[in-house]
Amino acid sequence: MTTTIRAASPALATAPPPARRPGARHRNRRLVTLLFLGPAVLYLLLFYGYPVVQNVVMGFQHYTISTFFTGEAPWAGLDNYREVVGSPLFRTALLNTVLFTIGSIAGQFVLGLAVALFFRRRFPLSGFLRSLILLPWLIPLIAASAVWKWILDTESGALNRVLVGTGLVDTGVPWLSSTSLALVTVIVVNVWIGIPFNAVILHGGLQGIPDELYEAGALDGATRWRAFRHITWPMLRPVVTVVLVLGVVYTLKVLDIILGLTGGGPANATQTLATQSYQLSFATFDFGQGAAVSNILIVISLIFAAVYLRLNRRAVDE
Amino acid sequence: MQHRCASTAGGTPGRAPAWPGRPVSRRAVTTAGLLAPLAALLAGCGSEGPGTSPRTLRVLDTYTNDPDRTVIGAALDAAAAKVGVTLERVSVAGDSLIQRVLQQGSSGTLPDILMLDNPDLQQIAATTALRPFDEVGVPTDGYTDGVASAGTYDGRVYGLAPTVNTIALFYDVRALDEAGVAPPTTWAELREAASALTRGSRYGLAFCGNSTYEGTWQYLPFFWSNGADERDIATPEAAAGLDLLAGTVADGHASTSVLNWSQADVKDQFVAGRAAMMVNGPWQIPELETIEGLEYDVVTLPVRDPVTQRPVAPLGGEVWTVPATGDRAKERLAGRVLAEFLSDESLVSMAAERSTVPGRPALIEPFLERRPEMAAFADLVRGARARTAELGAEWPATATALYTAVQLAVSGQATGLDALEEAQEYV
Repeated sequence: MTTTIRAASPALATAPPPARRPGARHRNRRLVTLLFLGPAVLYLLLFYGYPVVQNVVMGFQHYTISTFFTGEAPWAGLDNYREVVGSPLFRTALLNTVLFTIGSIAGQFVLGLAVALFFRRRFPLSGFLRSLILLPWLIPLIAASAVWKWILDTESGALNRVLVGTGLVDTGVPWLSSTSLALVTVIVVNVWIGIPFNAVILHGGLQGIPDELYEAGALDGATRWRAFRHITWPMLRPVVTVVLVLGVVYTLKVLDIILGLTGGGPANATQTLATQSYQLSFATFDFGQGAAVSNILIVISLIFAAVYLRLNRRAVDE
Repeated sequence: MQHRCASTAGGTPGRAPAWPGRPVSRRAVTTAGLLAPLAALLAGCGSEGPGTSPRTLRVLDTYTNDPDRTVIGAALDAAAAKVGVTLERVSVAGDSLIQRVLQQGSSGTLPDILMLDNPDLQQIAATTALRPFDEVGVPTDGYTDGVASAGTYDGRVYGLAPTVNTIALFYDVRALDEAGVAPPTTWAELREAASALTRGSRYGLAFCGNSTYEGTWQYLPFFWSNGADERDIATPEAAAGLDLLAGTVADGHASTSVLNWSQADVKDQFVAGRAAMMVNGPWQIPELETIEGLEYDVVTLPVRDPVTQRPVAPLGGEVWTVPATGDRAKERLAGRVLAEFLSDESLVSMAAERSTVPGRPALIEPFLERRPEMAAFADLVRGARARTAELGAEWPATATALYTAVQLAVSGQATGLDALEEAQEYV
């Protein structure tokens, strides 16, 4: 800012009176720009910059319960990262995070796209049904996971009672208490929660594709699958990118559903990096290690964001 | 101030990355730089401001439900009246207490009287957040060894539990009569009873083996009674206790859902008639009493060999402390309130009304006159062992390893000994 003022000042001093007005106006406009920019920059620094920087720093400190009272957080270098990455839980959590994210995204996206395509047709009650699809989105996650936990209970859960009642299985399926099933179950619940988001955004994208394209395509013999393959999909690609990037970032940090359903168990079968970070920070109160895990998670998120933005830019350039 | 803000930052596990949008101009960066000090000024966390009146003390506890809320409240008020102060009491949910204490510690707004769960005391005392009782004038003699060791850090007492509890075996009297089974006293009898009582939709036994400290807590009586020690968890003695619990699940005499149940869920299963026996604590008694048609009784948890072994119960209960607020006069007042709060009559009536046992053995007799049915718990509590007695502030790591082992064994992933060896890596 100082440099710009210095550059402007000689012009003000030497310029004849008529030339002053554009300069003043220029300066005014700059001031207005700054005034408009100021709050946004302030907000970003305060609520995004500061916490992220603090979290990164915390990952390099021995930050424990004592720190809150004494204010001392000795520098730990890479100790926290060494400790966390070296623990046997990290491999499990990383693998589970990958499986959970891929499984959730695949399920949410495919089902969300199917729902969006389905609701492009107009039929009686389509508006009403479309709004029903939003329901999972409107229920607080903690409430949703409590209800799901009840539905999925091995003995008294509604799902198992139906399955046993209809003779499909002999005894209740241990949806949440079997180490081999729990992760799949948690993924299915997360897919259920994620469908509305995918469906709504993709539906919006579908609305943006002009009908003329389909009419022209139909004249050339492109209907149904071919129309989807050559018209819908290419036109939808930018929206797909956004949905997938946001989906990955949201899914990586999912915490409440897992905590509500299994708490990371049984035997760490549903432990992800997010739940591990939570437990390190708020169960064992080792905030340094908790921050280290969450930093690793942030880096993974950032890599995904960067990759997809790059893909997106290339698509636009084409 | 700074650290309190930081606490919220560090805890959030993973957040969306800043969205890389349009490049920011250099001017904007400069402006940001100039505005930063202002931002720092604004970022100052608001201070909660401790109570201004010198005769008002702030109290923090986790008794949000009745009867505990009113019973503790009445006892605190009676103690405060004797000292001539008024109390400003806040009760928060149990799982958010430590976070609240950390926030208050970093912003210098700790209450004058603070309740803590007993295994947390040594960790908090180690931070210099509490005042030793000898300096604030709270008498510390006459308590059971368990209470004393839970409240002691580095040779000084920082907290005491007025009343304590532990866990035992609750059973459905009619179910046992029908099956012709006597309440089990040995592990072998427990397996047999669980088998005989499993019928239709009812399991023989319910316990809590979830992946929280509750799971650890319910494993401890089997762990300790068989001679295992928390300083080295991967031993045959510890494995035998784990194999007992895992065995009841593997045989189908306890549900695999024990991996997810909290102790409250276990009680719900018992009340609904889906378990004939359960491992649980006396804090469930007030609710069990309200269930129509439920006839239950309580015995101590079985031991492997009753000839050579005695049941060792884990000590439960909340300790009361005086935080170091820096206001010496108020700290002494808080000490006087706690001394009254921990007086004989106060302890006996709190114990009787909350279905817990007085922390001083001398008071157990007058207590049993009022609550004779609590005899099983009173016996156990005399010798109850504090979780932090040996490991102190290091206990949480071992507690995590123990519930990890429970989860591995009960889910059938590993035998007891393998589970404990694998879990030990987490320590």
